[in-house]
Amino acid sequence: MFTDDTIAAISTPLGEGGIGIVRLSGKNSIEIAENIFSSPKKRTLQNMKPYSVIYGHIHNPSTGEKIDEVLVTVMKSPHSYTKEDVVEINCHGGMITLRKTLELILRQGARLADPGEFTRRAFINGRIDLSQAEAILDLIRSKTDESRRIALEQLHGGLSEKITALRDRLMAICVNVEAYIDFPEDEIETASTQDLVFSMKDIGRDIETLLKTYDEAKFFREGLSTAIVGRPNVGKSSLLNALLQKDRAIVTDLPGTTRDVIEEYLNIKGLPLRIMDTAGIRDVKDIAEKEGVRRSLRSIENADLVIAIFDQSEPLRDEDFEVMERIKNKTAIAVLNKCDLPAAFSQESFSSFIFHPSSSLHISATSGNGLEELKEAIFNSCLKDWKEEREGVVVTNLRHKTSIENALESLHRASQALKENQPVEIIAIELRQSLDKLGEIVGAVTTEDILNRIFSDFCIGK
Amino acid sequence: MLNYTITGKGAKLNKIKRILYSKKMFKDRDYDIVVIGAGHAGCEAALASARMGFSACLFTINLDTIGQMSCNPAIGGLAKGHLVREIDALGGEMAKVTDKAGIQFRMLNMSKGPAVWSLRAQADRVLYRIAMRNVIESQKNLDVKQALIDKIVVEDKKVKGILTSLGIFYGARAVIVTTGTFLKGLIHIGLEHFSAGRAGEFPSIGLSDSLRELGFKMGRLKTGTPPRIDAKTIDFSKTEAQYGDDPPIPFSHSTEKITNPQLPCYITYTNQETHKIILDNLDRSPMYSGKIKGIGARYCPSIEDKVVRFAERERHQVFLEPEGLETKEYYANGIPTSLPYDVQVMFVRTIPGLEETEIMRPAYAIEYDFVFPTQLKHSLETKLIDGLFLAGQINGTSGYEEAAAQGIMAGINASLKLRVQEPLVFGRHEAYTGVLIDDLVTKGTSEPYRMFTSRAEYRLLLRHDNADLRLMDKGYEIGLLDYPVYQRFLKKRGSIQEELERLKKTRMKYDDPNKSETLEQLLKRPEITYKFIDEHSPSDKSLSDEIKRQVQIQVKYEGYINQQMQMAERLKKIEGKKIPQNFDYTSVNGLSREVLSKLQEVKPANLGQASRIPGITPAAISLLMVAIERLKREGDKRAS
Repeated sequence: MFTDDTIAAISTPLGEGGIGIVRLSGKNSIEIAENIFSSPKKRTLQNMKPYSVIYGHIHNPSTGEKIDEVLVTVMKSPHSYTKEDVVEINCHGGMITLRKTLELILRQGARLADPGEFTRRAFINGRIDLSQAEAILDLIRSKTDESRRIALEQLHGGLSEKITALRDRLMAICVNVEAYIDFPEDEIETASTQDLVFSMKDIGRDIETLLKTYDEAKFFREGLSTAIVGRPNVGKSSLLNALLQKDRAIVTDLPGTTRDVIEEYLNIKGLPLRIMDTAGIRDVKDIAEKEGVRRSLRSIENADLVIAIFDQSEPLRDEDFEVMERIKNKTAIAVLNKCDLPAAFSQESFSSFIFHPSSSLHISATSGNGLEELKEAIFNSCLKDWKEEREGVVVTNLRHKTSIENALESLHRASQALKENQPVEIIAIELRQSLDKLGEIVGAVTTEDILNRIFSDFCIGK
Repeated sequence: MLNYTITGKGAKLNKIKRILYSKKMFKDRDYDIVVIGAGHAGCEAALASARMGFSACLFTINLDTIGQMSCNPAIGGLAKGHLVREIDALGGEMAKVTDKAGIQFRMLNMSKGPAVWSLRAQADRVLYRIAMRNVIESQKNLDVKQALIDKIVVEDKKVKGILTSLGIFYGARAVIVTTGTFLKGLIHIGLEHFSAGRAGEFPSIGLSDSLRELGFKMGRLKTGTPPRIDAKTIDFSKTEAQYGDDPPIPFSHSTEKITNPQLPCYITYTNQETHKIILDNLDRSPMYSGKIKGIGARYCPSIEDKVVRFAERERHQVFLEPEGLETKEYYANGIPTSLPYDVQVMFVRTIPGLEETEIMRPAYAIEYDFVFPTQLKHSLETKLIDGLFLAGQINGTSGYEEAAAQGIMAGINASLKLRVQEPLVFGRHEAYTGVLIDDLVTKGTSEPYRMFTSRAEYRLLLRHDNADLRLMDKGYEIGLLDYPVYQRFLKKRGSIQEELERLKKTRMKYDDPNKSETLEQLLKRPEITYKFIDEHSPSDKSLSDEIKRQVQIQVKYEGYINQQMQMAERLKKIEGKKIPQNFDYTSVNGLSREVLSKLQEVKPANLGQASRIPGITPAAISLLMVAIERLKREGDKRAS
């Protein structure tokens, strides 16, 4: 709502584009971008010529880690879309690096832009003419509806109840502090400092646990990258097609039909899967196929989950053992395909060879037998552990994460202040801020809410 | 010949017409500003008007109750004390009169930080009244008259004057209504009830109807008082005495010293027996039997409410507060009730120290009309009638201090209006007065509104100690604050500034022999106070304790103060986005019906106020922002 701070957002459409742009607008945008940018020639954004492009890297200023190779454009006020200082960062690495870059920028003090805010600023600052005003109103409306829909979707799974519960506990502390300040003459029993420190710690710990789910739930945001691997002609492409329920990969009886990695998207119970069908792993002479095999091996390394396919209608070969070797240290599911045909080896003998995979399943990619069990196994492979711990509550939205982080920081400052014996009104400021931040997710807490609680919890009225 | 548009219906209209057009009507003189009601709001409003150079008249139902403290004999307390200091910094009277009438002063919250310190004083009810009446009567430009006002006379939505119950007309360019609990006041004692403004005083019936006829939406509130008891019949040895500060700290920036003798209060407690009597007689309480419709304040519950709602509490505090130096009457704070007299006697006599006590005045509850305050602008002028201002309990507040703060602002803004100047409106970061009025006109209220420090977002900026630094420039600029007071203040501010600079520049070595630090850096440390500066590197000027304290506060809290100032600064930008008063909210597509109806009700003056209306979403503000900009540009286009 404020009009003079610096905002940032990913301004290219969500999805797996080759490149994407993170845009900043506002008086600190150049300074903020400068903090996370380095150019090999030691050039600075501050001194570069407006509208020229500068090459360099985005890095995390606290760890030094390089995030991406980028091209940056600086547009100085008033010669920009919003008539404010604008920086556009062209990232190369797709969605994941775009998000990381945006997170870094937010940590440097920018605020995640409201729906339609760049355009709104452009209009308010006189950049866009009057005839377009209606279109801007429509844009704000549609973006707001869209983000509300997305936020609602992401608030499912109990997050909103979780935040509300945390906020209630925080409010109980706040109420104690506020009542202690405002009613010195009433005989009210407010909680002791020790109790307050203890409950703050308690809430802080729960907020931290919740915050951790953001990293853990990266699969929900970025998709679980899943590689289907196996020796040639065990049915990798058939499995992909069966999962997608469409003919995406070319399936033939000839080994080595798939020569490159085919990437597809699939959704299992809300978990997005980036699924890769790979070239069969074997020793080959053909140069194109050789490259395919090399890429298969690399996708195994990069995948969050490997589905290793074996043909149970044929005896295991050296190439199968090669596959088993490759997936030794990965989260993997072993799939015994072609179970509609007679088995060439027993489950026991297979298990004696492959000791690692968490589960092995029998399926028939052509008939569809066992596919549901496979989907279940895929879903559970990466999510089971924390799902049980967190009762399924996950933070997936960056806006939510930022709010929760800010709430936690204020809470930490509040308990620090309490421990240092700082005046109680300082503690109150931090607690209120923490409460407000959680309120950004599930609805604001007003002074009225706090007073209501004071009057219901304490007998006020000298 | 007078030719006014008269509102009203049937017989009532005819009666008014009869009076207005008949020879019976006597037209007395015209005033610039007329104030109706001489309570805490009315006195400040009238004084501000007269002091700002306008001819003013203060009307009261009873000349002997000017500045009457109708409830507890105390001024100040948390957040309320802050308001009193602000009134003083603007050039108002409440603080000075309290200092003249005060018989016990205590700075509350001394164990907490300076932002939440607040002064509270017990005041002698009679001395207060006399002191205030004396100020009012001595004020140049100000007349005082005893009369019951029946009607506000309006022409073309513009105020013209007032009409008394005797049919006397007074012309006025601005009218300030400060009638407290008098509008259709109805007193309840048990199941008995009767019309009254306060115990023993006439109510005002006609004026309430007059406001309704003008189109104001009105509601009903309730408040209550405890019994007053006779000190001769109190055994103080069974109670615990509570003394004030010694020496007493005055409220006013201009008071040198408190001269009245100081008295203690006494604390005693209710017990299970008290509670049993109350519970056994609940069916005789007008509140529990549903006879009282008005809404009471949750922070000031009756003793029957406390006993019912907090059944687990074994006892409740009772403060016995002296009503004055020359009276035996004591105010039994903590046990307001609307139970019948016989039950009052019974339960009061179960309280230690009060076993033999005689009640001098029974406790009572009073219901009264109020005007929904969202019908006001920030200047406290009504949106409906030009030149009509409302202040005090009529706007749904409770408390002398809340009333007085509104009163002085209404007086100031009525005067500024007559000077054709912009109204004086304080931001939420500038004064509790600003928070108070903004809350009232933006959010309205459903119970008697009392100020709490928790209502202020910028508590650290709005301190008891810096009211002068916050407001005296303004008070002087509008011509309300006396020059000698302002001059003293300028000197004080200069010394503070000078000392702050000295602390920044002066360095010394303290615990690290290799490092010299500025005095400012040292004073920032939690374990160091200004006393350390006095001992190690004192100023060559002689600085008062007040200045030293101010310097210490400003240095120690600099970080937080700056943070809050920045927040306030950002708020100011969005407050600067004005919404035209006749803005058509239906022209903005995409506002939900709920948002739309709230915006239409409050008609916010700017986007900042709009954003504070409960239920207004950030997206709605975004839409409004674009719509207003569009309107502005369309206007500019037409102009060029």
